[in-house]
Amino acid sequence: MSNPNPLDLDIARRAPTSQRAQTIAATASAQAIGGHVSLTIDGQPVKVPLGTTILEAAKTIGAHIPTLCHHPDLCVAGVCRICSVEVEGMRTLQAACAFPVTAPIHVHTHTRKVRQARRHIVDLLLSDHYGDCYTCKRNNNCELQSLAQEYAVDFFRFGHPEKPRHTIDTSSYSVVRDLDKCVLCRRCVRTCIDLQEVGTIEVLGRGDQSHIKAFQDKPLGDVVCINCGQCINRCPTGALHAHDDTDEVWAAIDDPKKHVVIQTAPSPRAAIGECFGMPPGTPLTFQLNTALRRAGFDRVFDTNFSADLTIMEEGTELLFRLKKALLLREPAAFPQFTSCSPGWVKYLEHFYPEYIPNLSTAKSPQQMFGAVIKTYYAQKHGIDPKDIVTVALMPCSAKKFECNRPEMDASGFKDVDYGLTTRELARMIRESGIHLPDMPKSDFDQPFGTATGSGVIFGATGGVMEAALRTVLEVVTGKPVEALFENANIQPVRGFEGVRYVELPIDEVGPVPDLFKDHVPHWNFLKGQTLKVAVAHGTANAKKVMEDIKRGGQFSKCHFIEFMGCPGGCLGGGGQPIPTTPEIRKARAAAIYSEDADYQIRKSHENPDVMRIYNEFLTDGPCSHRSHELLHTHYVVRGKYIE
Amino acid sequence: MNSIPTFSSMTPEAGLKKAMELSRPDIIAEISASNLKGRGGAGFPTGVKWNFAASAHADRKYIVCNADEGEPGTFKDRVILQEYADLVFEGMTIAAKAVGAKEGILFLRGEYTYLRPHLEAVLQRRREAKLLGPEVLGAVFPFDIRIFMGAGAYICGEETALIECIEGFRGEPRNRPPFPVNTGFLGRPSVVNNVETLAWAACILQRGADWFKSHGTEKSTGIKIFSVSGDCEKPGIYEFPLGISVLELLKKVGGEHARAVQIGGASGLCVPASEFHRAIAFEDIPTGGSVIVFGPQRDMLEVLHNFLEFFVDESCGQCTPCRLGNRKLLEGVEMLQAGTCSMTYLRELCALGESMQLASKCGLGQSSPSAFLSVVKHFRDELMGRVTLPTHG
Repeated sequence: MSNPNPLDLDIARRAPTSQRAQTIAATASAQAIGGHVSLTIDGQPVKVPLGTTILEAAKTIGAHIPTLCHHPDLCVAGVCRICSVEVEGMRTLQAACAFPVTAPIHVHTHTRKVRQARRHIVDLLLSDHYGDCYTCKRNNNCELQSLAQEYAVDFFRFGHPEKPRHTIDTSSYSVVRDLDKCVLCRRCVRTCIDLQEVGTIEVLGRGDQSHIKAFQDKPLGDVVCINCGQCINRCPTGALHAHDDTDEVWAAIDDPKKHVVIQTAPSPRAAIGECFGMPPGTPLTFQLNTALRRAGFDRVFDTNFSADLTIMEEGTELLFRLKKALLLREPAAFPQFTSCSPGWVKYLEHFYPEYIPNLSTAKSPQQMFGAVIKTYYAQKHGIDPKDIVTVALMPCSAKKFECNRPEMDASGFKDVDYGLTTRELARMIRESGIHLPDMPKSDFDQPFGTATGSGVIFGATGGVMEAALRTVLEVVTGKPVEALFENANIQPVRGFEGVRYVELPIDEVGPVPDLFKDHVPHWNFLKGQTLKVAVAHGTANAKKVMEDIKRGGQFSKCHFIEFMGCPGGCLGGGGQPIPTTPEIRKARAAAIYSEDADYQIRKSHENPDVMRIYNEFLTDGPCSHRSHELLHTHYVVRGKYIE
Repeated sequence: MNSIPTFSSMTPEAGLKKAMELSRPDIIAEISASNLKGRGGAGFPTGVKWNFAASAHADRKYIVCNADEGEPGTFKDRVILQEYADLVFEGMTIAAKAVGAKEGILFLRGEYTYLRPHLEAVLQRRREAKLLGPEVLGAVFPFDIRIFMGAGAYICGEETALIECIEGFRGEPRNRPPFPVNTGFLGRPSVVNNVETLAWAACILQRGADWFKSHGTEKSTGIKIFSVSGDCEKPGIYEFPLGISVLELLKKVGGEHARAVQIGGASGLCVPASEFHRAIAFEDIPTGGSVIVFGPQRDMLEVLHNFLEFFVDESCGQCTPCRLGNRKLLEGVEMLQAGTCSMTYLRELCALGESMQLASKCGLGQSSPSAFLSVVKHFRDELMGRVTLPTHG
């Protein structure tokens, strides 16, 4: 049914070899020779696979080596030098993060030389770091601050800047840059160029004039940036942070005339506990409901509702495209691409605008909910939509850009007023004097109180595809999806493999359900067809798939492809708690999938609240004229070049 | 003085012809036997370098000639390229034969753009003479050389930064290991040699390792080309055997009254008159060939200020110790000049200099504090007069 995906495209990556050669060589030498190597660290014997870095080797015996430019998601840079260690027989200190062990060496991690060098490095960084910790978004979660503490910095040995040298770049709806706090670890650059392969920012200038800049020194709002915020998630200091909307949200909450509703997405709920000292993967969904009401929100809704709605619209769109192509024999744009991830959408608009017709016109769950709240909900409850303020808790910085897209006003108002990141909301909760894990549990508000497991798994890469398949397969075959996949867990689309490809043969078709009867006479055109789907997460992987499609390769034959802008999908989004690492993403995914398994209803088309909106409001069914007005959108050809 | 006697006395292409008769290991054995060490200043044994590249397995290998002569006070490579380009290209071809490379790249310093037409003409002439091309000297040995222009960054003289630059990236040093001989240009084994090293390699093939070893010291064999500048009567290009004492050299160039000599360029050592007996050799004072003479009237702080300004500007900005450390040392010199540097702070700066030497990513940051440290060490009295002493009462 599924085949292991052999995709290994030789696309030239853009990170300088200086930052990649290390990893490549380490892997190559380890693979070539294999085996293990023995070394000592601070006198303790260690045995590690050949090519393991000193840093990794030290971890295995609990020897702590500080790092700053190192990040488990990124290729090695070896630029901050804070991880310097002494290797016997070598004249200079070596960067533990960049030194692959290939011979039996003796390493010392805290000799006088090492301590002095590290302290000097921290002193030097502080001499170039303007700003004080009180006013910093990263106060108490800053790697530079921790290093200063670890190395007992008691005064500014080499001075401290008295005045800012840069203006804060607030031009982007999503990402704010404060270069005065930048320590030039270049994690953002490696994230943008290598992890995401977008390449918005680079190092400009030389020596102590070097700094991180976007193309031609333009503000971030004016360049090819997809707002994914992955750079924020990897910034060790407060040099990068998400645009802060909390003041505006507080103002709305404090205004008695405003009816402030918040929708919460599944990923932040699986991660927000990290901001309150809980281990990653602690879901606090229902505690969060209580906290949000106590903080002053008038209604708390579950984005899962609109995720289910998205599946209905996007799934129907797919079936309509299939009908067009296979039954009517008319041209239809295949593969259909998902459009839930605003980072991915903007990436496509910039880099592959010729494929905009492939993008599902369905809005993202955030935007659908906004439109529904300001129309259906407003009508149902007799509230003037102009008095409604819709807030969305998202794991995402790009959602801030998305809700500000000018076309997102189907309700006659701005569909979603504010997108808050997990980090921003955690701050609001803390400011309300609430310790989130202590909250009693409470449910979501009606009329969107019933959610399905399909909505929850939107948070993980492959989740949208799995949710769509659960519905599409049942609608078409008339048989429960459990007949095909145990417990409706469509395992082949799950996991963290960068690109996944799955084939699903449709042997039999069932009767057309009532909801679609007006549009589809029968499903016979799908009988004997093989549904080909794929999943890609992170724009670097999206690029691989898109290049394959351009070449007319395997992925161009797909019917439906899920793309997520961020590695791991929404759970690894740019608005999530810092740090986000491969381990943390795994823990958050586990929380999301276990929540899915706990739901009574697992499939979007079985959500009674969703069925009700089609009965009461969008009476022509999914992808009808009315739903197109409210729940669908159009895209902008942006291109790679800016004026 | 623009001619180099030894180079002038060589028979054109004799070294290459000899190399064509030898097997690859034999060529490397000859170079190894000569104990030729890198003439760019680092002094890595050339034979060892060639041997690493020769034994690395890869579909392609490269010979890169480092002509990014950027060290302040160095100009010998310019003269070698102007007068003896054939010898350099001959050396590259021999290296290619030795390691099994098909492509050579001459990385030419941006400021030497005016040399390019001449060098291209030499290359063309060599192609026509079948000294380059699909069949070098009629043998099954394809090799050609292209010129890559640097863009004016000092750091690109560092071999891995140079390779990054040719690959089209920002010129910044890589992490080592891996070394270029294994993972160099485009991830392939690459030999990066200085202009002068390659010229000497050609000479060694022609006259033999024993001839080369008859010059110099045991650990620093052979002859070295020096660029002499500063407060002396006869600045210019010289060739001396390695091991020559500073004083001997100064006498030859008319600079024996110097108070100090900077050997090895801005990143080298500042040798005071009291140490003029020391030898210029890899085992004592290593050098890439730059000798800057400071006469009795020179203000050493001014000299230091000049050097550090250079490093602040030329650091690639990648690693913390070099990017910010050089700035702090420069500010320290300015404080010394203004008489506002306390003894405590001066000690801290010296410690910082040591940290930079230890913790910087590449040779630039590791050697940039040398001048500061040696001036503070040797000209303490001169500095003491300017530091702020604690006031009593």
